[in-house]
Amino acid sequence: MTTIPQGAHAVRDQSAAATETTADDADPKLPPPVVYLDERFGVAKGFGLFKKVFPDHWSFLLGEIAMYSLIICLITGTFLTFWFVPSMGHVIYDGSFVPLKGVGMSEAYASTLDISFDIKGGLLIRQLHHWAALLFIVGIALHVARVFFTGAFRKPRELNWVIGTVLSLLACVEGFAGYSLPDDLLSGTGIRAMNGFMSSAPVIGTYMTFFVFGGEFPGESIIPRLYIAHVLLIPAILVGLFAVHIFLVFWHKHTQYPGPGRTNTNVVGFPLLPVYTAKAGGFFFIVFGITALISALVTINPVWAYGPYDPGQVTAGSQPDFYMWFSDGALRLLPGWLEFELWGFTWSFNIFLGSLLLLPLVWTILGVYPFIEQWITGDKREHHLLDRPRNAPVRTAVGAAAISMYLVLAIATINDIIAIKLHLSINDITVALRVLFFVLPVIVFMVVKRLCLSLQRADRETVLHGTESGRIMRTPEGRFYEVHEELNEFDRWHLVQHEAQRPLSLTAGPDTDEYGVDRPVGPLESLRRKLSDFYFKDRIEPVTPSELAAAHHHGEAEALPGGTAQAIEESVDRADETAGLRSDDRH
Amino acid sequence: MSKLATYRRSPIALIVLLFLGLTFTGTAYAAFQPTAPTDAYSAANAAEDVDDVEAGQKLFLANCASCHGKNAEGNGTAGPSLAGVGSAAVDFQVGTGRMPLAAPGVQAPSDPNAVNFSDQEIAQLGAFVDSIGPGPGLPDEEYIDLANADIANGGKIFRTNCAMCHNSSAQGGALTRGKFAPDLMNVEPKHMYEAMLTGPQSMPVFNDYTITPQEKEDVIAFVVNIQEGGNSFGGHDLGSLGPAGDAVFVWTFGVALLVGAAVWLGRKAA
Repeated sequence: MTTIPQGAHAVRDQSAAATETTADDADPKLPPPVVYLDERFGVAKGFGLFKKVFPDHWSFLLGEIAMYSLIICLITGTFLTFWFVPSMGHVIYDGSFVPLKGVGMSEAYASTLDISFDIKGGLLIRQLHHWAALLFIVGIALHVARVFFTGAFRKPRELNWVIGTVLSLLACVEGFAGYSLPDDLLSGTGIRAMNGFMSSAPVIGTYMTFFVFGGEFPGESIIPRLYIAHVLLIPAILVGLFAVHIFLVFWHKHTQYPGPGRTNTNVVGFPLLPVYTAKAGGFFFIVFGITALISALVTINPVWAYGPYDPGQVTAGSQPDFYMWFSDGALRLLPGWLEFELWGFTWSFNIFLGSLLLLPLVWTILGVYPFIEQWITGDKREHHLLDRPRNAPVRTAVGAAAISMYLVLAIATINDIIAIKLHLSINDITVALRVLFFVLPVIVFMVVKRLCLSLQRADRETVLHGTESGRIMRTPEGRFYEVHEELNEFDRWHLVQHEAQRPLSLTAGPDTDEYGVDRPVGPLESLRRKLSDFYFKDRIEPVTPSELAAAHHHGEAEALPGGTAQAIEESVDRADETAGLRSDDRH
Repeated sequence: MSKLATYRRSPIALIVLLFLGLTFTGTAYAAFQPTAPTDAYSAANAAEDVDDVEAGQKLFLANCASCHGKNAEGNGTAGPSLAGVGSAAVDFQVGTGRMPLAAPGVQAPSDPNAVNFSDQEIAQLGAFVDSIGPGPGLPDEEYIDLANADIANGGKIFRTNCAMCHNSSAQGGALTRGKFAPDLMNVEPKHMYEAMLTGPQSMPVFNDYTITPQEKEDVIAFVVNIQEGGNSFGGHDLGSLGPAGDAVFVWTFGVALLVGAAVWLGRKAA
C-alpha cells in the first residue's frame, strides 16, 4: 500500500509532499478514472483488498451458493414486484387459465396467475425466484454444516457464527412470508397454521393474532403486511447482516484446512485479484445457470393447481416448504392429550411446543453452541486452522445426532405422502417417528463417535506403519514380511498435525489440595468437568515424533539390510523436523 | 475383542450380513404393513331384466357369494349385505377391478388388469343385486359425456368436497390406518360419477341433493382436464406432491449439481 501516495487519502494524512500532489504526478500505471476517483474518495486505498489471500477448497464455496442464490432472489424478486398486487381485494378471474375463469379470488392470487400465464417470461422468473429461494436455504444449511463440523466457529469467529444463525432464521422467515403471498389454497393453509401457532401462546395468543391479522382470521391485512415484510423489512436486515457477515470473513481472514506450510498465523492461497474474482465471479454464473436450468425444466409451486384460498377448503398432502418441515412435523408427532383445560382456559401445548417453543429453541441452540463448547474446553486461543471432523469426535457426533433429530421431525411432515407412496399406515409411521425422535439421535451419536475414533486409529496406523505395498520380502533366514511403504512427510502432516483435547479431569490438577482436603468445586464447575469428560474422555492422541521413531526402529527396519536402515534413520530425522514445525505453531 | 469380531473377515460374513439385512427389512415391512380392520365395511352391487337377473345370479353365486352370501345378504365381517347398494355400486366395484376382492386388506385397491367380466356380465351382476333391494342406478350418459361441463365450477366443488382427501391435483391422499383416497389420474368419468353416487369404502356419498348431476359432470370435467395435462405448465411436475417433490428434487439433483460444480471449481488449478 505504500506505492500510491497521492489522492484524498494522502491529503487527509497532511503530509507536505501529498498536499502538492497533482493528477500529473499520479502513478502512470493507474487509469485516469481511478485517479479521478482516488483524488476524491481515496479509492486506491481499497485496492489492498484485492491482494487478500483466500485458501482454495470446494467446501468454502458452499456459502457462496447461498450468497449467489440470494442475489438471484433479489433480481428476480424485483421483477415480480412490477406485477404482483399485494391485496386481498376480491376480484373475478378473467385471465387465460381456463379452469379458474370466473372464479372469485384475491387480487394477490389473480396477479400471481397473471404473472404465470399472461406476462412474458413471468412463469420462468417466478420459478427462478422460488428455486433460488430453496437453493438459498440449501446453501445455508450446507455452509452451516461445513462451518460446524470443521470447527470454524471457534474464536475469533463466534460472533460471526451468531450473525450467521440470525441470517439462517431470517432466511426461513423470509421464505415463509414469500410463499404465503400468492394467497393460493396451500399458502393460505400455511398462514392458517401460523395463526394457530400464535393462538397457542398462553394468555396473549388471541390478542397477538388479532394484532397481526387486524381482526379475525383471515381478514384483509395479512397479505399486504407479509408483503412489506417480504420485500422490504426482512431483505433489508438480511442484506445488512450479510454485509457484516462477509466483512468479518475479510476482517478475520479466511480459515484454512491444515496442511504443510499452513499455520495459525498465515493464510495459504491465491489473491482475490485476479484468481478469486475470476473463480467466484465464474461460480456466480454457474449457480445462476444451474438455477435457470432447473427453473426452465421443473415446475415449482404451481399455484394454479391449488386454487384460490378459501378458509373452508384444504388439500390433502399440504405441507410447507422444506425448511419449515421440522416445525410442522413436530405438530404431527405431538400427542393430542397435550391440549387440556385448566382454570377455565384451554392450554394448547400440542401446538405450543412444536411451534412457539421449538422454533426459537432450535436457533438458540445453534447460536450458543460455540460458547458452550468454549466454556467446556476452556480454550481461549484463536483458531484459524480447521479441524478435520474425525479429530473432534464428540462435536461431530453431537452435530450428526442433532441433524438426525431434525430430520425425524422433518420427515414427519410428509407422513401422509410416505403412507400413500409406500402403502403403510400413517398411524404406524407417526408412532415409529415418535420413537425414532428419541432413539435415533442416541444411535447416531454412538455410531458417528465410534466412526471418528476408528478413523483416527486408522490414521495412527497409517502414520506408524505406512501403507501396505503388496510386496513380500524374504530375509536370508527365511522370514517373510510385507513391505510397508512409509508416508512422505507431506501426506503424514495431515495425519499428525492436530492436538488432542484432554478432559479437565486430567488437566485441571488433583481434586485435593496439598493437605489432602477436597477442593471445593461449585455445581457449575462440576457440570463443566462432567461435560469435559463427555467430550474428551475417549480420544486418540496423534502420533508423536518419538512414537514415530520408535515404530520405525522396532518395526520393519530391523529386518532390512543396512543401507535401508540408514534411509529410515534419515526419514525419522525428517519426521522430527516436521514435528518441530508443529510445536512452533502451537504456542 | 469379542468372539463375534473374529468372524468379520470371513468370506461368508457378507452373505450373512446381506441375509440378516434382507430378513430384517422384510420382517419390519411385514410388521408395519397395515392390517385388515375387524369390522370392514365395503359396498358392492345392482338390477333389471329377468334374464339379466338370472344370469347375474349365476355369476354372483360363482364369484361373490362366498363373501356376500348366497342371497347377497352379507356374511359378517367377510362381506356386507348388498341390499340397496344399486347397480351403480356394482359397476364401480367390479368395473374398476376392486371386486371380487383378491385378498383381504384395509381397502380394495383398483386394478384395471383384474377386471375379469365383460360389460354385459357386469350389467347382469348389477341387475341381480338391484333385484334384491333397489339402489342408485347407472349414471345417465348425458352427465358423463362432459359436453356441457363448467370446469371452473367443477374446480370449486372439487376443492370444497374432494381435495381434502384426493388432493387439489387429484393425486390422492392418505387416510387413517393404511386406508387411502386413491389418485384419480386413470379413473373413467363413469366410475367417478358412480363413486360420488355410492360412496365406496371410506368415501362419503354425494347424492343428487348435495351435488347435482350437472355439478357432478363439472367435477368430472375438472378432473379429466387434469388427467389430460390441463395443469401441466412450467416443466416437470415432480409427481404433483407439492413442496415434498420440490424438497426431494432440490436435495438430490440441486445439491448434486451445485456441489459438483463447487468441487470441480475447487479442483481447478488457479
